[in-house]
Amino acid sequence: MLRYSLNRLLRSLLTLIIIIAVVFSLLRLMPIEGYFDNFDKMSPTQIQNKLTLMGLNDPLYKQLGRFIWRLIHGDLGTSTRYRVGVPITGILGKKILISFRFGILAMAVSLPLGMLLGVAMARGKGKLADKLGNAYIVFIQAVPNAVYFLFIQLYGAMLIRCSMLYKASDLRTAILPILSLALPSIAGYAMWLRRYMVDETNKDYIKLARAKGVPESVIWRRHVFRNSVVPMVQLIPGSILMTISGSIYVESLYSIPGMGGLLVDVIKRQDNNMVQALVILYSIMGILGLLLGDILMGIVDPRISFVKKEGSR
Amino acid sequence: MSRFSVKENRANRLEEALLEQIEQTAAERDELTAGEIESLDPEEFETVPYSAEGAERIGYSNYSYWRSTLRMFLKNRLAVAMLIVIVLLMGFAIVQAYLPGQGTRGLTEGILPAQGPQNAIRIYNWPDGTKDAGLPMKNQRPSGAFWFGTNAIGQDLWSMIWSGTRTSLIIGFAVALIEAVVGTFTGLLWGYIRKLDFFFTELYNVLNNIPTTIVLILCTYVMRASIPTLILAMSLTGWMGLARFIRNQVLMIRDRDFNLASRCLGTPTDRIIVKNLIPQMVSVIMLRMALAVPGAIGWEVFLSYIGLGLSVDTPSLGNLVNTGRAMISAPRLRYQLIFPAVILSVITICFYLVGNAFADAADPRNHL
Repeated sequence: MLRYSLNRLLRSLLTLIIIIAVVFSLLRLMPIEGYFDNFDKMSPTQIQNKLTLMGLNDPLYKQLGRFIWRLIHGDLGTSTRYRVGVPITGILGKKILISFRFGILAMAVSLPLGMLLGVAMARGKGKLADKLGNAYIVFIQAVPNAVYFLFIQLYGAMLIRCSMLYKASDLRTAILPILSLALPSIAGYAMWLRRYMVDETNKDYIKLARAKGVPESVIWRRHVFRNSVVPMVQLIPGSILMTISGSIYVESLYSIPGMGGLLVDVIKRQDNNMVQALVILYSIMGILGLLLGDILMGIVDPRISFVKKEGSR
Repeated sequence: MSRFSVKENRANRLEEALLEQIEQTAAERDELTAGEIESLDPEEFETVPYSAEGAERIGYSNYSYWRSTLRMFLKNRLAVAMLIVIVLLMGFAIVQAYLPGQGTRGLTEGILPAQGPQNAIRIYNWPDGTKDAGLPMKNQRPSGAFWFGTNAIGQDLWSMIWSGTRTSLIIGFAVALIEAVVGTFTGLLWGYIRKLDFFFTELYNVLNNIPTTIVLILCTYVMRASIPTLILAMSLTGWMGLARFIRNQVLMIRDRDFNLASRCLGTPTDRIIVKNLIPQMVSVIMLRMALAVPGAIGWEVFLSYIGLGLSVDTPSLGNLVNTGRAMISAPRLRYQLIFPAVILSVITICFYLVGNAFADAADPRNHL
């Protein structure tokens, strides 16, 4: 187990370093306006001086080394356009908390609901519940969420008679964003759980249990459900971590001052340092989520080991 | 030892009881009534003389993969209907710009002489045909002249939406095609050439860790959005899933007996790949392609939304939805959001369902 985790950790670190290098080099290709808040008013000498001061005239590998060194010390640089001169970590700190709160609430809604739906669909396979659930999943997966989020905002706000935008003082305004965040995850959880459960019911030991006359409810509860929940565990750390990054759509739709809206803001203002910091932060969380998911899976399911898999000849 | 074990004893007893039961039922079955014997065809009991032809005949069914696929697909009424909708929509999106009266409806001839795809972004500000007449025809609600109304700067939404549909479908199909070709090709290399396995596996492990959102945002942020850059950015990540699937399939099928036999008979590798391997993967390749189209359209909407999409002089469903979104607080102007959103949803749902139905139909395990 320890060897597996270490191996997995090393791979993730390697991936992360590659991603940081690529992101960093790509963003050096951006026009230099993104490093100044008053580019038009500056003379070329001033610009050059400031670039040298920021270390942007150094060779790329030196800049990259410095960036990683600072990153290890928890320093993501300073914002250049969004909030001039403010350290990025300071800006992020508050925003992460807001996004995290929304994300966790949405997860608290979607995980139980998604599981209930998944179980209901698997138990009534081919019946009405299954068909309705499937229609829901197809809808969520096929329609771009930009579209149905808009309509939820539009008609939801009319229905519960509150402002379309989120206000910290009015708790009702938090309902729609949380609903929007939860809807796709419910579909995701339900789909996976249903699939795992249906797979499980086709296994021989379940047939044997039926043949032995184990009551149906016990089969579902004790055998099918428990075994199908195990692979779901893999999804959970990723989902929790991803709450930090916030939903780009939902947050900017409801103007929630969180992380997701921030990315859109800094892209529109072309704040190079902020974009860089956010992109790298998102990648870190994506990688960390997969890593934790795999390690958790290894803890929960003793069959998993990191020995050379069969088939990879 | 075992003879005296309780378990063995019980099993023996069970077995005996079972055999007895079977014999009994068999015996009962055997007694045909006189009527039944009467009704039997006497020809069935005649001895057939030896025939060389008959001895050579082998069991054969007229099974054809594609015919069965088609039959299974046609059974799914909903998917067929959706397919028809897709074909109609696509056909109309292609010919729309060349139909008479497009973009000139309600306007005096002469201002907008040329018909063609570029017509959509023209601004219809001059209702009576002269530029000086002032009064811009902006935010006109849907009417006989402008079926879907006009937008905030006086562009005809009908033309814009069809032009946008073209753009979005072009992006979708290009991405799907690149994904299928690159994915299949790399997958075959990955599976067939053992030396490359390590390289591709590690590459996959690295690339698969990067969220698609990040790749898209980064690419469009650095390269500026245009149709080719969007296609490139979306194709960068999509092929990997398919490649991995193909690789696993190749590893599984490559050394099966029928391929071994094929190789022993001297079939060249490329023929084995094309004739023996590819047909087994058609269903998944097609599914991937069908799902890549709505996926790409959805990503395009997303990128427009965060301000990294196509500029407004290239209409796309993404930027139409996005401009329509600005009208969300004015109930009178909501048609500007609803029309593109509905078309967009119809397209994506149709592709999704048709893709899934086709994949089900193309899976030989469902051919019964």
